[in-house]
Amino acid sequence: MTPITPCVAALMLAAAPAAADLARVVDDHILPGYAAFADTTAALRDTSATGCEREGLKADWNAAFDAWMGVSHLHFGPVEERGRSIAIAFWPDEKAMTPKSLSRLIAEADPIVNDPEGFKDVSVAARGLYALEFLLYDAQFDATAPYTCSLIRAISTDLADTAGAVSDAWVDGYGETLRNAGAPGNAVYLTEREGLQMLYTSLVAGLEFTAAERLGRPLGTFETPRPNRAEARRSGRSLRNVALSVAALQDLADALVDAPVPTTDAAFARARKTAAELDDPTFETVTDPGDRIRVEILQQAVKAAEVAVLSEVGPALGVSQGFNASDGD
Amino acid sequence: MATRRRFLTSLLAASALPTLSWADAGNPRYLAAAREPDGGYALFGLGEDGQDRFRVPLPARGHAAAGHPHRPLAVAFARRPGTYALVIDCVDGHVLHRLYLPEGRRFNGHGAFSAGGEVLYTSEIDAATGAGVIGLWDTGRAFRRTGEWASFGIGPHEIARLPGSDLLVVANGGIRTALDDGRSKLNLDSMVPNLSYLGAGGGLLDQITLPPDLHQNSIRHLALRRDGLVAFAMQSEDPAALSVPLLGLHRRGESAILAAAPEVLQMRMKGYAGSIAFSGDGARVALTSPPGGVVSVFDAAGTFQQTLSRADVSGIGPAGQGFVTTDGMGGLCSIAQDGLVPLTAAPRAWDNHLVTLPV
Repeated sequence: MTPITPCVAALMLAAAPAAADLARVVDDHILPGYAAFADTTAALRDTSATGCEREGLKADWNAAFDAWMGVSHLHFGPVEERGRSIAIAFWPDEKAMTPKSLSRLIAEADPIVNDPEGFKDVSVAARGLYALEFLLYDAQFDATAPYTCSLIRAISTDLADTAGAVSDAWVDGYGETLRNAGAPGNAVYLTEREGLQMLYTSLVAGLEFTAAERLGRPLGTFETPRPNRAEARRSGRSLRNVALSVAALQDLADALVDAPVPTTDAAFARARKTAAELDDPTFETVTDPGDRIRVEILQQAVKAAEVAVLSEVGPALGVSQGFNASDGD
Repeated sequence: MATRRRFLTSLLAASALPTLSWADAGNPRYLAAAREPDGGYALFGLGEDGQDRFRVPLPARGHAAAGHPHRPLAVAFARRPGTYALVIDCVDGHVLHRLYLPEGRRFNGHGAFSAGGEVLYTSEIDAATGAGVIGLWDTGRAFRRTGEWASFGIGPHEIARLPGSDLLVVANGGIRTALDDGRSKLNLDSMVPNLSYLGAGGGLLDQITLPPDLHQNSIRHLALRRDGLVAFAMQSEDPAALSVPLLGLHRRGESAILAAAPEVLQMRMKGYAGSIAFSGDGARVALTSPPGGVVSVFDAAGTFQQTLSRADVSGIGPAGQGFVTTDGMGGLCSIAQDGLVPLTAAPRAWDNHLVTLPV
C-alpha cells in the first residue's frame, strides 16, 4: 500500500458521480426487489406443498404478487433469459389462453405436473402468477380437487424456481455487470450511459404500461368500456397493482437520479394520492358514464408522471428512450 | 435548353467520376445513418472492424441507404414517408445530387442499384392512393427521374436486386398510411402484404402472399444470399399475435418457409423484426427486434438456433462468418459462433439499418 492510494480513490469517485447511481439502483432497488420476490414465491411453494386450502394459498400468492410489482418493470437481464418474465407474468392474455391451457391440463390430468423439469416446457399461459390467480379465484376451477391441487403445486414450484434463479443471477454476477457498466471487459454495457439508459427505459416503459394496459384496457372507450379486461380482477388486485407499480417506479426514479426533479416528484405523489383515494379495486365503475372519469383521472396522473420523467429525468441523466425501440419502420 | 457547352461539361463530369472507387472512400464495408449527440443526423461509412471511414451530415433523420456497385456513391434516404434522397460522394462528403420526386410521390426509405449501377430503383408510394411505385433514376444523367413501375402491392418498403441479375424483389408491406402524417395505418383489417419479383422491364414475374391467418404480417425487409435465396422479415400488426413467425425464406419457384423461435423466445421479438441479414458465410440468417432488444438467429433452412440480447439493437449485416449489429446506444457488436460481443461504442444512436456495400 502506498500513500498515494487514497488520493487515487478520491479522484476516481469524483470522476464518476453517476456510477454511484447505478450501484444505488442495484443495491437499493433491484436486489431487494428480486430477493423479496424469491422469498415470497418460496413461501408460496412451501405452502402449496402442504395442501390446497385456499385462504393460506391466497395470502401467500398475494404477497408474491405484491413483491412482483416491485420488479415487474425490469425487462432486462436474467428475467428476460429463457422467457422467464413471460412465464412469471403472462398478461395481457388477449385470447384467454390461460383458462384454456389450464382447463386442458386438468381435463387430460396431464402428468407433467409431477415433473418439475418438464413443467418448464408447459405453455407460458398455464404458468406464473396469472395462472395461479385463475386456479385460486375463478369459480370454474376447484383448487381442492386433487389434480388441480397438484397443478397449483407445480406452478408454484416452477414460479419459485424462476424467481430464485433471477435473484441468484443478479446476486451472482448481473448486479456487478450493471454496477460496472462501461468498465473494461464489460460485454453487456459498453458505457456507463448504456446502464443508465436501460434503467431509464424501464422507468418510462413501466409508466407507459401501467397507463396504457393496467388502466387503458379496462377503460376501453367511452362507448365500449371493458371492465373484464382489468388486470387481476378476479383477486381484486387491479387498483392495488396500479398503486404498487407507481410506488415501485417512484422508488426506481429516486434511486436513479441525483439531481432535483421536483416536477417528477410532484407527479408521482399526485398519482399515488389519486390511486389511494380511488375506491374501486377492480375498475368496475368504468361502465358508469359519471364515475369512469375518476379512473380516467388516475390514468392521466400516471401519464403525467411519464411526461415529467421524460422531460426531467431523461435530461438529468443525459439519456433518452431507445432510439429504434420506440420508433419502428 | 441545353447548350453544347453545358452538354460537354456534364460529359466531362460523368467521365471523370468513374476514376474514383470505394477505395478512395476508405473501403467502407457498411453504411449506417445515426443521430449525433447534438441532435443532428449523419451518414457513416464503416469498416468491417467497426471503425468510421467517413461521415456525411444529413438534413434530417435518415433510414436506409443504397451503395453504388462500384462508384463511391451512396444514396441516403429519409425516414418514411420521405421527402429527401441525397446522392452523396463518399470520398469528400459532397452532396452530388438531390432526387426530386414527381408530384404525389413519397420515398419509403429504401432503394437499390442495377447490377451495373446505371439505374437506381427507389421504393415509393402514390400518396393519394397508397399504391406502391418503383421509381427509376438514371445515374449517368445526374440521377434524373426516367420513369416508374408498379410495385404490385400496397406500401412497398425494402427493394433488392437478385444477385447476378437485374431482377428486383420487392417487399410490399401491405399497409396504407394516412395522407396527413404518412405513418397512421388505415387498412390493418384488410391488408395483404406480398413479396413480388419484377423483371428487368418492370413486369411481375412471381408473387407470393402469406397464409390468410398471417395477413397482418407486414413483409418489410429483405436479405439476399448470393445464390438467390431471399430472406424476408415481417412486422405483425395483430396485437394478439404473440409468437407469430417473423422470418420468411423464399426461392423463386419454390414455396416459402415461415419460421419462428420457440414460443417464449419468439415472444421476446414483440411481433416486430426491424432488420434482417444473412451471415457472412451464408449459413445463417438473423433478425433484430429493437422493441424486444433481441437478435434471433436461424439456419438458412429456417431452423431456430439462438436468441441474443442487446438493447435497442436494430441494424445487422454480415461480418466474417457471422454478423455485425448496430444499436441505438451507439454500440457495434459482433455475432461470431456463439455470443454477441461488443466491438465499439460510439457517441451516437445508430438508426434502423446497417447497409452492406457490394464488395
